[in-house]
Amino acid sequence: MSEAAIRPARVALVGNPNTGKTALFNALTGSRQKVANYAGVTVERKEGFITTPGGRSLSVLDLPGTYSLRARSPDEAVTRDAVLGRLEGEAEPDVVVAVADATNLRLVLRLILELKAVGRPMVLALNMYDIAQRQGLRIDLEGLQRELGCPIVTTVATRKRGIAELTAKVDELIASGALSTENVWHEPSAAEIRGAHREAQRILKAHVRPPERPDTFTARVDAVLLHPVSGLLILGALMFLVFQAVFTWAGPPADAIEAGVGWLGVQVGTLLPDGLVKSLIVDGLFAGVGQVLVFLPQILVLFFFIILLEDFGYMARAAFLMDRIMGVAGLHGRAFIPLFSSFACAIPGIMAARVIDQKRDRMTTILVAPLMTCSARIPVYTLIIGAFIPDRTVGPGFNLQGLVMFGLFASGVISALIVSFVIRKLFWRGAVEPFLMELPTYKVPSFESVVRNLLQRAQIFLNRAGRIILPLMIAVWALSAFPGPPPGATQPAIDYSFAGMIGHAIQPLFAPIGFNWQMVVALIPGFAAREVAVAALGTVYAVGDAENNAAALGTQLANAWSLATGLSFLAWYIFAPQCAATLGVMKRETNSWGWTAVMFGYMVTLAYLASFLVYHGAVALGWG
Amino acid sequence: MHEMLADEALATDASLTRLSHAGPGDRGVIVDVRADHANEHGVDVHELERRLLEFGFVEGASFEIIHQGLIGADPIAVRLDDMRVALRRRDAEDVWVRLESK
Repeated sequence: MSEAAIRPARVALVGNPNTGKTALFNALTGSRQKVANYAGVTVERKEGFITTPGGRSLSVLDLPGTYSLRARSPDEAVTRDAVLGRLEGEAEPDVVVAVADATNLRLVLRLILELKAVGRPMVLALNMYDIAQRQGLRIDLEGLQRELGCPIVTTVATRKRGIAELTAKVDELIASGALSTENVWHEPSAAEIRGAHREAQRILKAHVRPPERPDTFTARVDAVLLHPVSGLLILGALMFLVFQAVFTWAGPPADAIEAGVGWLGVQVGTLLPDGLVKSLIVDGLFAGVGQVLVFLPQILVLFFFIILLEDFGYMARAAFLMDRIMGVAGLHGRAFIPLFSSFACAIPGIMAARVIDQKRDRMTTILVAPLMTCSARIPVYTLIIGAFIPDRTVGPGFNLQGLVMFGLFASGVISALIVSFVIRKLFWRGAVEPFLMELPTYKVPSFESVVRNLLQRAQIFLNRAGRIILPLMIAVWALSAFPGPPPGATQPAIDYSFAGMIGHAIQPLFAPIGFNWQMVVALIPGFAAREVAVAALGTVYAVGDAENNAAALGTQLANAWSLATGLSFLAWYIFAPQCAATLGVMKRETNSWGWTAVMFGYMVTLAYLASFLVYHGAVALGWG
Repeated sequence: MHEMLADEALATDASLTRLSHAGPGDRGVIVDVRADHANEHGVDVHELERRLLEFGFVEGASFEIIHQGLIGADPIAVRLDDMRVALRRRDAEDVWVRLESK
């Protein structure tokens, strides 16, 4: 057996961001891809496999885009370490494929000069070559090839042109036994970067003739989309549309999934004898799977828009428009999309924070994302507002219930801004990282790549977050189910369970914020997801099918609770981390239980303080 | 080359200014990128200089301010040779430019 058959040769794709590197990766490897994380960091590792016509197997790594091997973010550090062969658990690449946008060669030439210093055999893929030709850009391929000392292949990844040639060239390079030269790369100084720029400039001048028909489309679109007024209006309108789509498109499938999984659980349940095994399967396992799957429609719809807008080149513009506004709270312009997504659900919001390359900014964004009022809080707010706030008109067009609902949303946003401001002062000591961002040329997104990307998002969520969420759900179930009620029990079963015991035991802690023991008990199953609190309150107050019978539960609550208690419960739900799934995703995305604990801790503290103030304020006003 | 531009020359030549002081429509050439500003950048000034250089803010590059934000005219979007880069004015202070007369 030849060596080639034993282990695949390793190929690494390296290039600037926005050069169509991922499109090239997709064109090369098709559906033979594997998405995972690099060991110990939350940077996505995308590997694909090819078999060359000559029968050689290649493993292709799509490395994060970078402008330099002098890494500035965790993503870029992965690229540097992978190229240098320093990455834990990864062997060094046999061939480096430098991917360049043929219409924008200046910066990538500098990166290529750095890659040359590393000394690995290299092929340059001049991607988007069709656009370069259309613009009348002339590239002297022969001369450039001689100058750079590496073979050049022209490609159009979105149309799969030049892919076979690229594979053949890589194969040829490996077959010829091209050896690495000595690695002389070191972190360049400012003077060396200037030198490399001059060298790149000289190469460009010698071998590339500027376009006869330069792209004016991007400039014309930017005149509207980056305009301080029309740009913000369009951004607002776009976000409104996305939000509408999340609710209208994701609502029905989410309900269907919940109903379907629930129905399936019941069907399976009829096959089993009554008892703990049945309860585990129906109320634990099936309900838990349902709680994981129910997030999927929202994630898919939100990410559909995010990926579409990102591929078009719009996301950098949105970050530009929002940077100063977010900056008030010490946040980065790129934090806008994750935080906006969190209004639907904090889970896609936290996942979307991957677009922020600075670790501090990303962590701050993730920490405050759950403060945005997600759709799961709405059933809780609706129940409590319906029970305690009179349906009264206060001034023209204003309804008191609507005003309270608005107040709850506004409290979420304002507290997120304050918390991120405090995090910046507390943890990062006020340091503001420089904000430099390329505004890429607008491109028509490829349908195939959007779909592929979307499926990867879904896979990441189910595969990795699901593995944390599901056990948490089952743990919550176990607390509410064990031990079962004694024979002849008069109280609801949950009252005799661990959840009931814990509820009773910690109720004194909650007495200062006006919670009775029924509420505290309901908080424990309500930890599975915020909207579960409605069903849990129904259980402790013995109102059957509370979700569809909110009015009956509302009346019951209005009799059992004072207004002060109702308001305190609302304040609790603005802040409390009553969502196991969010904590699961937080752990996955930050790879740290420490930060997850920080989030849990600060949210519980805020919730308690807010409820305390609201309860005692209300009591002072005579609403106790 | 940038060492030769003395501070006085920068101060007296009216067409020379910091990129952070330029407005929409202003165009010209970058003459000096230097890490001398005392502003707090969260990274040391030499790191900022290298980042600016890596994004193509390098002596000799031609630029045009294409847009600016609504609040405080910040950040700015700059056309830089064949690409476009967005940055905050505070990070653009170390880039000296020669403006072309309009």
